[in-house]
Amino acid sequence: MATFFGEVLSVYSRAVEEEEEDVEEENEEDEEIRRELEQKREVGLHWSPEVSEALRSGNKLQCSDFILAVGHNAASFLSAYVLSSANWDAVGHASVWNERSRAVTGQNSEESACVFHRRKDNPSVLICQVTCYLAEDQLFQWTEKVFECLQHRELNVIVLSDGSVADYKTADYLCSSSAPFLRSLHTDAFRDRPVCQPLEQPNIVTGLPSAVLNHCQVHRVAAVVYQCYSDVIGPDSVTMETYKLALTRLGRSIQLDPSPSTDVLRKFARTADIQSNLYI
Amino acid sequence: MFISSLNSSPCFKGFTLVMPAVAVGNVGQLAVDLIVSTLNMSRVGHIHTDCLIPMAGNNPYATCKEDAEELHTPAEVYTAAELKLAVLQIRAPIVQTKSKKFRQLLVSWIKASGFSRTVVLSSSHAYQRDDQQLQGTPLRYLATPSLLKVSADALKELGWREMERVSAFPGLTDANTEPRLHIPGGGITKGLYTDSCTEDLSLAVLLLFCSEGDNIPDAFTLVNHLNDWLHLLDNHSPEPNKWKIPPSWNLLFGSGIPPALF
Repeated sequence: MATFFGEVLSVYSRAVEEEEEDVEEENEEDEEIRRELEQKREVGLHWSPEVSEALRSGNKLQCSDFILAVGHNAASFLSAYVLSSANWDAVGHASVWNERSRAVTGQNSEESACVFHRRKDNPSVLICQVTCYLAEDQLFQWTEKVFECLQHRELNVIVLSDGSVADYKTADYLCSSSAPFLRSLHTDAFRDRPVCQPLEQPNIVTGLPSAVLNHCQVHRVAAVVYQCYSDVIGPDSVTMETYKLALTRLGRSIQLDPSPSTDVLRKFARTADIQSNLYI
Repeated sequence: MFISSLNSSPCFKGFTLVMPAVAVGNVGQLAVDLIVSTLNMSRVGHIHTDCLIPMAGNNPYATCKEDAEELHTPAEVYTAAELKLAVLQIRAPIVQTKSKKFRQLLVSWIKASGFSRTVVLSSSHAYQRDDQQLQGTPLRYLATPSLLKVSADALKELGWREMERVSAFPGLTDANTEPRLHIPGGGITKGLYTDSCTEDLSLAVLLLFCSEGDNIPDAFTLVNHLNDWLHLLDNHSPEPNKWKIPPSWNLLFGSGIPPALF
């Protein structure tokens, strides 16, 4: 397709793949490759010996609060404000392989991309930080596998999620001073009042937060997503601070470090120094 | 799988099911949005499956501030009991490798629920029409043998055009190749139709040739076409545009513009 300016673009449909023919005629080798790829893309959960022992004997994780942070800002917020202030144990991690996984990633970076932490003195509080990319076909599976390990009764789920103001639609023009801000979306079983405005239509939530919401909605679990719209690309301390509001309700089970030292925050924000000379 | 959002599972026996195929221009989905929003249908359940890419949002059909805060998922079922009508809305694309599984899931759910007939609203790339398809109306239909048994006369009366079978290799006259059904950009439409033929389901496809862009006019064309058959809305209403656009269609072209621009 040629545009008004003459450049030729390949036509891309937002709804469907061009190849709509069935893959039934493929040969055995193709099928095997497909099957192997599918196996490789499977989400794996690796729990600590203590937890896996309990799961094996049929006991699900006794969990009253599950806090999930998706994205670098949300994950760094938990690291700086929560995980530093109380005694937390790393109890497991999820391993995910997909087209964006780098070929030469060290074992460490892969393991630290999706970690579960549990409070030492109150093991019913579980935290998960996800900073890696989960492909569209892996979201559902990740959610099913993780929630299969959790006791559903009396469970409260809070999801903190990074977003960009560029994805936020509003009839009013957003002036630069308004970002970052929070919007909430919750399941029918969530009875509390969210700490911020609901997400307005036509805005939607996608990715892991939406997969968790869908799961909780159909299984009638109380869950709320706090989506933070930020105008900074990398992790920054102002965006991290926005999430503070979302966790204030959890005072009894989580102690927030009211003002972490600047050194701590700087450590998390440093990863934003990407090798870009755009603004030099 | 279907999960009821009510305390009891709803009964679909004898209901007509209208559902979209996620296809070019999202015309079917937009048309279904118009039906749900105009008839004020109530949600009865979700189709919870790994075949659809997850998404979530607040109530797309909110009428006031009170009902705006309500979670909605990628695939939901709505009903209007007095019309014996059920509608399945699909709001997300199908995971590429799982379209066959999704079709099977739909067919078995339709069978198990006891719908009397199913209407799939779909679309196909306008630029891939052949010479005979270029002429006349852009609307086409397809019906399975078991639907034709009951509705053949009604369809004949409406004077609709059936989707043409096209030759597999246009321009080549080969007696051995039979003309085949080809719905480019139609997503699962063709697969769902052929599956329904073999499974003896009573199913019709209504489709429209269109291109990507602002597909709101296409949605109105398709939903009016459907209304000619099912009479969901009173045809004699004085207002020409009786369908109600839901608030989720706002800001189609993005956010507001900075006032300092002018």
